[in-house]
Amino acid sequence: MIMKEKSLNPYVGGALIGLLAIALAYLSSILIGETKFFGTSTTFAKMSGMIQNLFFSSSSNEYFNRITLRIDWQFMFVIGIFLGSLITSLITGSFKIELVPPIFKERFGDNFLLRATLAFIGGIFVALGARLADGCPSGHGLSGMMQLSLSSLLAVIVFFTSAIIFANLIYRR
Amino acid sequence: MEVLLGLVFGIIFGSILTLAKVIRYEKQVSAVLFKDMTIIKFMFSAVLVGSIGITVLYQMGLIELNLKPLALGGIIIGGILFGLGWSLTGYCPGTSLAALAEGRIHAIFAVMGMIFGSLIFANFYSYLKPLINFGNMGKLTIYQALNVSPFVIILILAIFALGLFYFFEKKRI
Repeated sequence: MIMKEKSLNPYVGGALIGLLAIALAYLSSILIGETKFFGTSTTFAKMSGMIQNLFFSSSSNEYFNRITLRIDWQFMFVIGIFLGSLITSLITGSFKIELVPPIFKERFGDNFLLRATLAFIGGIFVALGARLADGCPSGHGLSGMMQLSLSSLLAVIVFFTSAIIFANLIYRR
Repeated sequence: MEVLLGLVFGIIFGSILTLAKVIRYEKQVSAVLFKDMTIIKFMFSAVLVGSIGITVLYQMGLIELNLKPLALGGIIIGGILFGLGWSLTGYCPGTSLAALAEGRIHAIFAVMGMIFGSLIFANFYSYLKPLINFGNMGKLTIYQALNVSPFVIILILAIFALGLFYFFEKKRI
């Protein structure tokens, strides 16, 4: 028998995220006068703008001007996700140095360079896609869906349909 | 206050995702290969609980909504690219950083790809704008589009989600 790692029930975990979203919407409205919802992908664009500005002073970039390159609510939320995962995984012992993930290993072998390359290329498409669609599974999938937004419903359907097709092409033999 | 709120909610959000193991590459890839539906259970539970609270708070006038416009060009093209990238990396923006924090070193390449992809997007933004705004129908909720009460949509969502949960549990995926 395979030892099963203990984990939080997905229905309970999901429900907790739902409650957290409600608490956030309410508290942010009271405390900062603006309703906040979960989102992460714009912060990656901010990071890219900050890095670009280190090398070129590109204050004229229309997109960076639009999203503004200041450390805002979402930027700290993303840093918080990293810290939360780090602290939790160290406490529960799920922290593990992993060079190549299991399913990848089964399909492509134990090649770290190949995994790094595909992760990087995939990351580029993830970012381009999230920016074009104006959101990711946090912004559209969680926040947008909770608000019953039509754009998010469409985005989630396209995200999953596309991922189902490509993942089956990539991983099934 | 804004910055503190972001950090605190990020830490809780990241901790819950890590405890439920939904940040793992194998969970994300297995969902679109129909082998392990943990992230689908998680997302639907979050949306179901969240949508009830968000809708009630909004109807009471305690919060604002923050909808993204239904821009067909951006969402469809972006969604397809996102699905391709997501199946290659096995991470979306939020989970990539959390996975890195859990010791999954290879996720750093996904993060770097996402920052690089955002950089490409920002610098080609003026050329991409017509594509993004193609078929832009503005900010709409599903219930506004159908001219029904939001609770009708939540009810349909609940029936759909519970049906899916029943199916997943029966199939043990």
